[in-house]
Amino acid sequence: MSIEQRVKKVVAEQLDVSGDVDNNASFVDDLGADSLDTVELVMSLEDEFECEIPDDQAENITNVQQAIDYVSNL
Amino acid sequence: MSKRRVVITGMGIICPVGLSVSEAWDNILKGYSGIASLTNINTKGQSVTFGGSVKNFKVTDYLRLKDAKKMDTFIHYGMAASIQAIEDSGIEVTEKNACRIGVAIGAGIGGLGTIEKTADLFREKGAGRISPFFVPSSIINMISGNLSIKYGLKGPNFAITTACTTGTHNIGNASRLIEYNDADVMIAGGAEMSTTNCGLGGFAAARALSTRNDDPISASRPWDKDRDGFVLGDGAGVIVLEEFEHAKARGAKIYAQVSGYGMSADAYHITLPSKGGEGAARCMQNAMKNSGINVDEINYINAHGTSTLVGDQAETDAVKLAFKEQHAYNIVISSTKSMTGHLLGASGGIEAIFTTLAIQDQVVPPTINIINQDPNCDLDYCANEAREMTINHAISNSFGFGGTNGSIVLSRI
Repeated sequence: MSIEQRVKKVVAEQLDVSGDVDNNASFVDDLGADSLDTVELVMSLEDEFECEIPDDQAENITNVQQAIDYVSNL
Repeated sequence: MSKRRVVITGMGIICPVGLSVSEAWDNILKGYSGIASLTNINTKGQSVTFGGSVKNFKVTDYLRLKDAKKMDTFIHYGMAASIQAIEDSGIEVTEKNACRIGVAIGAGIGGLGTIEKTADLFREKGAGRISPFFVPSSIINMISGNLSIKYGLKGPNFAITTACTTGTHNIGNASRLIEYNDADVMIAGGAEMSTTNCGLGGFAAARALSTRNDDPISASRPWDKDRDGFVLGDGAGVIVLEEFEHAKARGAKIYAQVSGYGMSADAYHITLPSKGGEGAARCMQNAMKNSGINVDEINYINAHGTSTLVGDQAETDAVKLAFKEQHAYNIVISSTKSMTGHLLGASGGIEAIFTTLAIQDQVVPPTINIINQDPNCDLDYCANEAREMTINHAISNSFGFGGTNGSIVLSRI
């Protein structure tokens, strides 16, 4: 599975998205996440990719593509 | 100010003998036990290996998975029972009435399973892995909170926590709010999910549980001389309480009236009942006084009846004390815990429902497993078979750790 697919799988699971996850989808505006959901989503990405995402960087991950870019550059 | 009348217009239940009011009541009247070996946890090393689990429950029948993931199982049960009760009542929440509808649903312990899992995670991986939903998925008032959010219920919102008296105290105090015009409708009851590693182990360590591991179905045997403790059960019981004229005006079906409520404290011991059932007797007397009904008009008591050696004796003594010897022998008493086990904070909720149904159908549910009745417990416990009879007024009792007592009087309408 590619990084993109893995990120989308985590997003779909965490935010209960059915069907395709759009790369440009905003977690809050398009996928219905609230502030606590986004905290848990970042934790799930950390688990999936075995990394630590500092809070100041996590704040900049607000849509699917930003998450893909972040973990691709680890 | 004259007291406003409070009636029951909706009921919902999730419990070891059924996932709906009709299924649970049908099984209760048949004397069916919901007790079995536990499969939700590994009971290796536990001195007790059985309980009253909820079977075949699907949370997605009631909640979106995304929302359900943010709630401990006790909240799932509480939400499901509440949704059933609200739908059963037919009440519609509008902009006009939203501020007059409140919620009072508690739990004895709350999200114990989630707390245990999170503590494990913390030890394994550190504080950084604690979910942001840990607190809101574990704390006791989150059935009341989530329900108000789901339906837009803007009236009083709270959750009383008084161990095994939780459900009864929430129902009783919610009724008082309606009487005193703080609300027209209250969704009230209790929920519990405590058959977890620490829940089971903790009650077993307190020597409160039956250890009849080889025969779970007969383990809960209130007033039997070989009773050896209670059986832990899971689930939720929630009712819709409504001001009488409000219910009548919208043509609601009315199951029964909440005609009295009483409370008391034993001021005696953290887990044992006070000698001679003195605290429980005062509790029933307070409820009777509040109802204005004569003691000899009570036909049925849905007892706390947990199947502990001292508790069943104390409640028997309390009934004799509260109702005087002569009438105590005329009252029919039963413990539905013989079939459901003890649902702690949910027990007052499900038992208010069973008491209501007893009044509606004019039938006393049985106490099963009375094989050799304890000679020291010599009242009429409706042993082993349901009994049709006239029930105009009934009491539901709950007594909890800490010596906290609650009784409600329900009446035929």
